[in-house]
Amino acid sequence: MEAILIQILNGLDKGAAYALIALGLTLAFGTLGIVNFAHGVLFMLGAFCAVSVNKILTISHKIKDESVTLFDAYKEIPYLEIWWGDTGTMIIDYSVPISIIFTIPTMILIGIAMERGLIRFFYKRTHAEQILVTFGLAIVVQEVIKHFFGANPIPMSAPEIVSGSAPVGALFGLSDSMVYPWWRLIYSLFSVIVIGGVFAFLQYTTYGMVVRAGMADRDTVGLLGINIQRRFTIVFALAAVVAGLAGAMYTPIVGPDYHMGMELLVLSFVVVVVGGMGSLPGAVAAGFLLGILESFASMNEVKQIIPGIDQIIIYLVAVVILLVRPRGLMGRKGVMED
Amino acid sequence: MENVSNIVLNVTGVEKTFGGLQALSNINLQIEEGKTHAIIGPNGAGKSTLLNVCVGRLAPDSGTVMLGDETLTGKMPYEINQLGVARVFQTPEIFPELTLMENVLIPALAKRDGQFKFNPFKSLLGDKKIHDEAMSVLEDLGLQDQAQRNAASMSRGDKRRVELAMCLVQSPKLLLLDEPTAGMSRHDTNQTIEILQQIKKRGMTKVIIEHDMHVVFSLADHVSVLAQGAIIAEGTPEEIRGNPKVQEAYLGGAHL
Amino acid sequence: MNNKTTQKDLFLMLAFAAVIFAMPIWLEPIGASYPDLMQKFAIFGIFAIGFNILFGLTGYLSFGHAAFLGIGSYTAVWSFKLLTMNVIPGLIFGTLLAGVFALAIGFICLRRSGIYFSILTLAFAQMSYNLAYSVLTPITNGETALQLTLQDPRILDDAPLSGAGLPSTELFGVSMSGLPGFYFCAVVLIIAFYVSLKIFRSPFGLKLAAIKSNQNRMGYTGFNTRPYLLAAFVISGMYAGLAGTLMAVTDPLAGAERMQWTASGEVVLMTILGGLGTLIGPMIGAGLIKYFENIFSAFNENVLHEIFSFLPEILENLMVFIINPFVGKGWHLTLGALFMVIVIFLPGGIMEGLSRIAKWVRKDRSKPTGDDMGTAKSKPSPGEG
Repeated sequence: MEAILIQILNGLDKGAAYALIALGLTLAFGTLGIVNFAHGVLFMLGAFCAVSVNKILTISHKIKDESVTLFDAYKEIPYLEIWWGDTGTMIIDYSVPISIIFTIPTMILIGIAMERGLIRFFYKRTHAEQILVTFGLAIVVQEVIKHFFGANPIPMSAPEIVSGSAPVGALFGLSDSMVYPWWRLIYSLFSVIVIGGVFAFLQYTTYGMVVRAGMADRDTVGLLGINIQRRFTIVFALAAVVAGLAGAMYTPIVGPDYHMGMELLVLSFVVVVVGGMGSLPGAVAAGFLLGILESFASMNEVKQIIPGIDQIIIYLVAVVILLVRPRGLMGRKGVMED
Repeated sequence: MENVSNIVLNVTGVEKTFGGLQALSNINLQIEEGKTHAIIGPNGAGKSTLLNVCVGRLAPDSGTVMLGDETLTGKMPYEINQLGVARVFQTPEIFPELTLMENVLIPALAKRDGQFKFNPFKSLLGDKKIHDEAMSVLEDLGLQDQAQRNAASMSRGDKRRVELAMCLVQSPKLLLLDEPTAGMSRHDTNQTIEILQQIKKRGMTKVIIEHDMHVVFSLADHVSVLAQGAIIAEGTPEEIRGNPKVQEAYLGGAHL
Repeated sequence: MNNKTTQKDLFLMLAFAAVIFAMPIWLEPIGASYPDLMQKFAIFGIFAIGFNILFGLTGYLSFGHAAFLGIGSYTAVWSFKLLTMNVIPGLIFGTLLAGVFALAIGFICLRRSGIYFSILTLAFAQMSYNLAYSVLTPITNGETALQLTLQDPRILDDAPLSGAGLPSTELFGVSMSGLPGFYFCAVVLIIAFYVSLKIFRSPFGLKLAAIKSNQNRMGYTGFNTRPYLLAAFVISGMYAGLAGTLMAVTDPLAGAERMQWTASGEVVLMTILGGLGTLIGPMIGAGLIKYFENIFSAFNENVLHEIFSFLPEILENLMVFIINPFVGKGWHLTLGALFMVIVIFLPGGIMEGLSRIAKWVRKDRSKPTGDDMGTAKSKPSPGEG
């Protein structure tokens, strides 16, 4: 029982990341008809938004370290701490959640720039060409990030107060020894909120209505005289924000590096296919499902029976799903069936 | 039909529903060898559905479609073609990136090679016989001078002729034409009628779905009228012209 | 006309062979005539030519062909370890095994088309890569890569003299390193090109091009398209396997990174850059990419300063500042940018660019004949040169 619960928890945060990326991919695919291989890069850019905010907040002043008397030693103190003392320290401590404020507008701008500058020229081109051009873009963005931030993962930390582990065992009336990092719980919760927000946006706003109509029947919506172009840009920006937020909040879990997005992208595509191309609930459900499945497959008990299963489980599931149910778990009939 | 032996296409009791909509109800059709059979009816009457059932694109809920002694129901489109059914689509379905010659060579190869043949080391250009076959069909349709032209660059009317050539090169037992003059100018329409009349002289069995009454009455030996998924009248063009039921359902007197 | 085309093909074949064999001569002035690089040209040329048979002719975009490359490499190295250092068995086994895998994977992936096909191939490639890195370590030697050792049995070879180092791959006594290695790859490349030419000119090739043009029509024309696609998939998989074995021939080492999906992406770029669906385009694409990879990777800031030293200092620094991110370790940036530029502006690749220039020079726009290369955008017609 405990083992099962812990595996579910272990799979949650990864599943949440899959779900958020897959959600954006599906939005872009379902409404815009774009197969975006640069979507993983948006996740990565979000993560680097958090890194940038952290870097800016910790811009430091070099002062002489008076505690060292034997030789001249210097230490760096962030300006924020110099100016505001403990408040400054706290702001730095909360840099990851604070970065959200910065991530959202940045990702909107990036999304708009990407859609206006490149993607819109590819609505009428073949999927193969879409894949290739966005693949090229992804490589370019990655290399630019590598140029500025280096190739190594950058460690980021969650706020002090949630850096420990939550006593989930005690919470569920199980063993006290069962604990789970707070931040990963927060990440899962955060993703649920973001997903809820996206669904609410689609359900209750006129924009959302057009998007949903567009996903159902793109041609007709275009005929209704609705300014599709602008809606498309907004949808793409929304997808970018979702991916960016997923990336920014993920930084304390895995230190971001320039190719983190590409690795997740391949998996997220598989997630989208399993969920059903063009189905938003499908993407979310498949994201969590595969994340948790992956976590179960990496249990030693399972690996003993089928060695290597943890490495391939997601792909294997995707292959099986595509073959027996080409539409995916929740795919609608007629959407990209061929 | 008194003489059963020369029935080419035999549709018996075909039913098809989409969701709750009855698209085809109890369709029975017998098409005689060498005849041109027109299926007319208002939009949404189920004409295209019927054609799609015949070529294997759709499976009927019940009923059978027979080509001579062969059952077509349940077979894949390529199997049905191999049995001798060729089809012209409402919007020309050709190979736009290939030349006219290649467009016609492909169906000729299908007739010769069957549904699959692995011959990567055979030279296509060295095969004079099949080129001659394709060329003679192109000549029949007046396309011989454009044989090396890209099909994408042709006019819509010419594309339709290409598609017709692709079907004729297979000398099918049955040729299905889905609105062969839809969207054509009067001039192109008349040209198409002429071509179809020539084919008729060769004795090829044809089923035509058509809106244009001028085309129907110029070509058809026999007409079936489809309305709301059921055949409401059958007969020679003259009989149909005079049938009040048909006029009510569809034709609206003035057009005749 | 038939005779003319046959003659043209013969000429094309001879010219191709001559250009390839003469590589050590004409690559000399541009500093690319050393055997290692020329071997790469030939090997990736084979890879791209084979990939083109699938993607160029049928339009099915596979993102998993690097897996077959890896299978070819591993098989060849095992053949060197267990059987003999003679390259022929390795070549045959590697190609055949890649073909067997391509048959199995293709059979499954080709049940779907379009984007689903691409993702299925991607999934299989990632599975192979992940397995090669983890559970299959006894076969692949995991991260350390599969290498020759002194303890290898090599049952067909004579026992080596004690104290001798690792043996090198050979073809009936001729060592396959350096220039002989290149010539061996060149011969294989020319054969591979010949086979590709034959396929392009066969009824089989025309049918593949027709599948790309209008698969729906193919069904109503009486063709069962799946076996055709599978055949194309297996052929291109075997080409990839062959290229993989040659990699092992020139450098008897096989690592899993060779199977990564980015490696599959590279062959896609080669094919597109040269000209999708054209005969020699993929070869040109492969050559250009490998050449520039080699040149660009060697550049660094100092070299750039030297190159632009003829400019005033401010301009020199500016040029170095602009170009520096694209060279050396930044080669991937160039590659990505190239990818985009080609797909956006020249989807037909260099072959289309050349034919556009040729047309412009001749100012001969009134004659839209099928003989012209690339009259249509990325035209897959087998009638092209």
